[in-house]
Formats: sequence, structure tokens, C-alpha cells
Amino acid sequence: MRITADTDVCISAGMCALTAPQVFDQGDEDGLVRVLLPEPPEELREAAAQAVRLCPSGALGIR
Amino acid sequence: MSQTTPPDSPAFPLKRTCPFAPPPAYDRLRAEEPVSRVRLPDGGAAWLVTRYDDVRTVLSSPAFSADGTRPGFPKLIPGQAQILKRPPFIRMDPPQHSFYRRMLIQEFTLKRVKAMRPGIQAAVDRLLDDLLAQSPPADLVEAFALPVPSLVICQLLGVPYADHAFFQSRSRIAVSGSSTAEQFATALGELRAYMDGLITRKQQEPGDDLLSKLVAEQLEPAGELGREELLMMCLMLLNAGHETTANMIALGTAALLEHPDQLAALREDPELLPDAVEELLRYLSIADVVTTRIAAEDTALSGTPIRAGAGVIALLAAADWDPAVFSDPERLDLRRGNRHHVAFGYGVHQCLGQNLARLELEIAFSALFARIPTLRLAVPADELPYKHGGLLYGVHELPVTW
Ligand code: HEM
Ligand code: SF4
Repeated sequence: MRITADTDVCISAGMCALTAPQVFDQGDEDGLVRVLLPEPPEELREAAAQAVRLCPSGALGIR
Repeated sequence: MSQTTPPDSPAFPLKRTCPFAPPPAYDRLRAEEPVSRVRLPDGGAAWLVTRYDDVRTVLSSPAFSADGTRPGFPKLIPGQAQILKRPPFIRMDPPQHSFYRRMLIQEFTLKRVKAMRPGIQAAVDRLLDDLLAQSPPADLVEAFALPVPSLVICQLLGVPYADHAFFQSRSRIAVSGSSTAEQFATALGELRAYMDGLITRKQQEPGDDLLSKLVAEQLEPAGELGREELLMMCLMLLNAGHETTANMIALGTAALLEHPDQLAALREDPELLPDAVEELLRYLSIADVVTTRIAAEDTALSGTPIRAGAGVIALLAAADWDPAVFSDPERLDLRRGNRHHVAFGYGVHQCLGQNLARLELEIAFSALFARIPTLRLAVPADELPYKHGGLLYGVHELPVTW
């Protein structure tokens, strides 16, 4: 699993950081998504996939 | 309007029968006519969208525009016509929308919001001290539900809380379905004059707050915001920041008191709090009708063709009670673990203040029920004064005793 994030699309809602805080963070200045763990370990994959599904702007993807 | 509206189309807003549940017509529409015509109070018409998937499509597809200046954009209450002539960014499309939203984003990140916890907790504790110093009964809206978010947004924006009686009464007129266009115009004029004076004050004596920061960094000539734009943006924040959360605190309290088994579960297991807040947001979906759009091109939803220029209301409560997505949606189930409700909307306009609202709700509910374990309604739930026909659902007053 590899997480992709498009910061041009991200609206900084922070759903990702709320849902999978070990995998996603938000930039302090711009609030844009930062992927902390682009290849999350097994135990974080479900939360990461849920965050991808919940992202309201479609900025996140899984490859 | 390019599409005809059958004369027997239901009139908006549809009526509620149970105070906590969405109008029962939503269930029938979702099952039989998921995209249906409705007549609006100003004589216009719009499509009502009731299925979860369709609601998400309306809110995230570029085929639907949030640009309130487009002719035919749906107007649900008399005052909206005036706001939509020059709307704040909640009624703009990208790229203009992104330009404004990005100016505010750093104040609302999860991290920034978490740092506000001690301040919010202190405000909540103080309000409960004051409430407990009175003898019951009391109106929980006035004593608690409204002051909590109002104190928080005032502090964040840099608006003196001492002026709250003034701007709360004017804001109430602005979102009410029963104000006339004249009342709305007067209230808006007074709010604008107030905010204009505040901007001048922040130019002279800047403080450590969002308004001062916007004045210093974004206001012309140094920045890119006209005074009028800044003014409307701040009024939107002030309004969005307290009316919504206040309604959730009051109505959420009433819903919990009417579901004693759920309240008991929450008391036993404080870890349930975040899930409880999400479920209350879903169950009450107080911003049900806020999410209006207009078709930007010819398109279709659930097989119904929608012509460019047609107004659309993506009903959030209908989506959040869609049995295809939430089993037994009429059950308030704090253990549901639902995170995919649309109570904060969806797509690029999804609520900017959502993480702040979540935190305020968590702190408010946990402190309220811990400090006043015997809290109960002072009148039967079906006799509470509900806000029918406005932009946001809630209660005008919540008489409680303990
Ligand atoms: C429980 C409380 C709240 C609820 C249910 C709520 C609901 C919503 C909804 C449904 C939208 C989307 C409107 C649309 O798509 O047309 C929205 C947008 C917005 N909300 Fe909230 N809100 C809440 C609290 C707050 C708070 C505390 C703030 C803080 C300032 C806030 C600020 C905003 C702003 C600025 C927007 C416009 C975002 C944009 O257009 O990009 N809201 N809210
Ligand atoms: S959930 Fe999506 S839009 Fe929100 S911060 Fe994360 S990537 Fe950006």
C-alpha cells in the first residue's frame, strides 16, 4: 500500500489527521496534508484506508 | 427556471413531526423519488436530493456550483437574496473560494484547535459554575449552549464578548426563517457597521487575534483583501462559529436526556465521547438545508436529468438517515462508530470549523453531564420551542432543571 496526496486538491479539513494521526499530519502554516508514513505498516493500514475514503476533497489516494 | 415544477410539488421546508427526526417525507422521497421538485418560499423551485450518494455527488462534483451570484441560485429564507449579491466564500467556487479559505486554514488545523482545549475547558467550567450558582430551572441555551461557542469564536476572532447580546440578536435574525427582508437588511447593516468599527480598532491597536492578523496581513493596501470582503468574511465566521455549535449543544443535550440508556452508556465509558459526538452530529444533522447548489451544466442524479441553472438542495439529514448507509438510522446509537456522516457537508466547502466544533461539543457534553448529574428537561421534549423553517435546526430555549 502506498498513499498519495495531492496538495493542490487538499482543502485542509484535517479529516485525515483526525482519522489516522500516525499516518497523516497537517502543515502548521498551510494546513495542507503531510503524509508521515507513505507506506504504512500493517496495523495502520485500515485507519489509513479509512482516512483516504473520508477525505472530502478527493486529495488522497492509494496505489 | 428552465424546468417546470408540477403545481402539486411540496413546499419547502418539509415539516417535521418528531422533534429529533428529519421530516418524515424524506424517507418516502428517498425511496420513491430521490430527486424531486420542491417549491421555495420566494416562488422559485429547486431539486431536493435525499440519497447519501447523490448528496455527496452534489457537494463534490464540479457539475454543481456553490456560486451564489448565479441567477436562480436557491434562496431558502428572505434574507439570503441580499447576502448572495456579494457572498462570502462559502458561496463561491474555486479558485476564488480556495483563495479565501486558504487565508484562514492555519487557524483551524487539528493542531491549532487542540491547543485551544484549556481555554475552552476554562470557559465551560466558568459557565457551569455560574449556572450552578442559580437555582433551577434555567434556560440552557442562554446560560450555556450559546455562550460556549460564542466565547470561543470571540476570542479566536478578537471580537469583544461584552458585545455578545448585540451581535447574537442580529445574527438570530439573519438565519431565521421568519424575519422579513427588511428586518434582515437592518440587522445586516448594523452588523456591518459594528464589524467596520472593529476593523478600524484593530488597525489602531492590533491584538493577538485572527481579525488583527487579517487586518495586518491581508487588508489593502498591504494585502489583497478589500475592506468589504474582510468584513463579510469575519461576519460569516462569527455567525458560523456560534449559531451552529450552539444548536448542537442544546439539541444534543435534549436528545441525550431523551435517550437515558445512551446517556448512561456515555457516563460509564467516557472514551465513547468522540464517537458520541459524531453520532449526535449525524442523528441531528442541524445544518440539513444549508447545502444549496446550482447545476453548472446539464447533468443527472439517480437517473433524473438536471438542467444547467437548476437549483439543488442537498439535504444533509436525509443523507445521514439513508438506511443504505446507516442501519436503523432512526436509532441514536453512540456506539455506531460512524465517521462518514455529512453533517459538516462534503467536498471543498466541508466545514472549516469542524475540528473546533468537535472539541467544543466534547468538552461541553462531558462537563455538563459530569457537573450536573441530575440534569433533566423542565418541560416535555415535544413542547420545546423548535426552530422550524430556518437555515439551522435547533431549539430557541431549553428549560432544564436539576
Ligand atoms: C456543530 C457545528 C457545525 C456544523 C454542523 C457546521 C456545518 C457546516 C456545513 C454543513 C458547512 C458546509 C456548507 C456548504 O457546503 O454549503 C459548513 C461550512 C463552514 N463552516 Fe461550519 N459547522 C459547524 C461549526 C462551525 C464552526 C465552529 C466554525 C468556525 C468558525 C464554522 C465555520 C464554517 C465555515 C467558514 C464554512 C465555509 C467553508 C467553505 O465554504 O469552504 N463552522 N459548516
Ligand atoms: S482529509 Fe483530505 S482535504 Fe482534508 S487535510 Fe486530509 S488530504 Fe487534505
